Amino acid sequence: MTLTARYPFSASHRLHSPLLSEVRNDEIYGKCNNPHGHGHNYWLEVTVAGEPDAESGLILERHKLDQLVSEEILSRVSHRNLNEQLDEMNGLVPTTENLVYVLAGILEKRFPGPGLSLERVRILETKNNRFETEANDLKQ
Amino acid sequence: MISFYGISGPTSNINLFGSKMLITRRVEFSASHRCAVAAWSDDRNREVYGEEANPYGHGHNYVLEVTLSGKVDEVTGMIVDLKDVKAVLNREVVEPMDHRYLNAEVPPFDKVVPTAENMAREIWRRILPHFSSDTVQLHEVRLYETENLYVEYRGE
Repeated sequence: MTLTARYPFSASHRLHSPLLSEVRNDEIYGKCNNPHGHGHNYWLEVTVAGEPDAESGLILERHKLDQLVSEEILSRVSHRNLNEQLDEMNGLVPTTENLVYVLAGILEKRFPGPGLSLERVRILETKNNRFETEANDLKQ
Repeated sequence: MISFYGISGPTSNINLFGSKMLITRRVEFSASHRCAVAAWSDDRNREVYGEEANPYGHGHNYVLEVTLSGKVDEVTGMIVDLKDVKAVLNREVVEPMDHRYLNAEVPPFDKVVPTAENMAREIWRRILPHFSSDTVQLHEVRLYETENLYVEYRGE
């Protein structure tokens, strides 16, 4: 069984690759290439898999997942500039695809827990765009 | 046979009929519950369940998404009649649980803690017999306890 919790956070970014010309950056990233950056209200969805405990009926105590995500993720990204202030981005263009990989990599270090694995990391950039990776793909 | 524009060569005609398709029906119900293990102390229950263990219970607007898999019938173009799906979900889940105190009124939650996990399993158990034919199978039960928290169960 899996359990998914969703966490909102707001952050800014600019999509720009130093490997590409100004013209190409504009062509590829469009509005997202705005030199001053821009922001989103992101939603991070963290899915964990495990068997519900026979006594408590829970895969995972909710506050433990909240605490883990707060410590590992929200502390790094909430109200930050993802280009400048998320060290793990390490010069990558902070597209939401790359953000999924980076955040999944950070979370994965805390898994597996007792009887628990990280199943999926999904980020909604807006209500209309979402990006996700599954644990099996992370391990490669 | 359905052909796609822009695809040429031997793959230009793809027979979609007969390929697996997923279909999801969503229903809502509101219910109250309390998450606590009778054999545990109040302190331990609070430690494990937090506010969910408050003594008089509390409620949620649950959202249930049931996903079925099957093959699209060549004549009807459907896997299953969604009216029938809705009727099953209403009879097995919504009517028994809507506006009820689960712990007191809906077995097995007099004995089993009504966490979202246990509720997803119980819903799976209740509806599985209705979606176990050659043409349609139960694929997934997703139960939202709030819009920010859900469990997914595939009968494993």
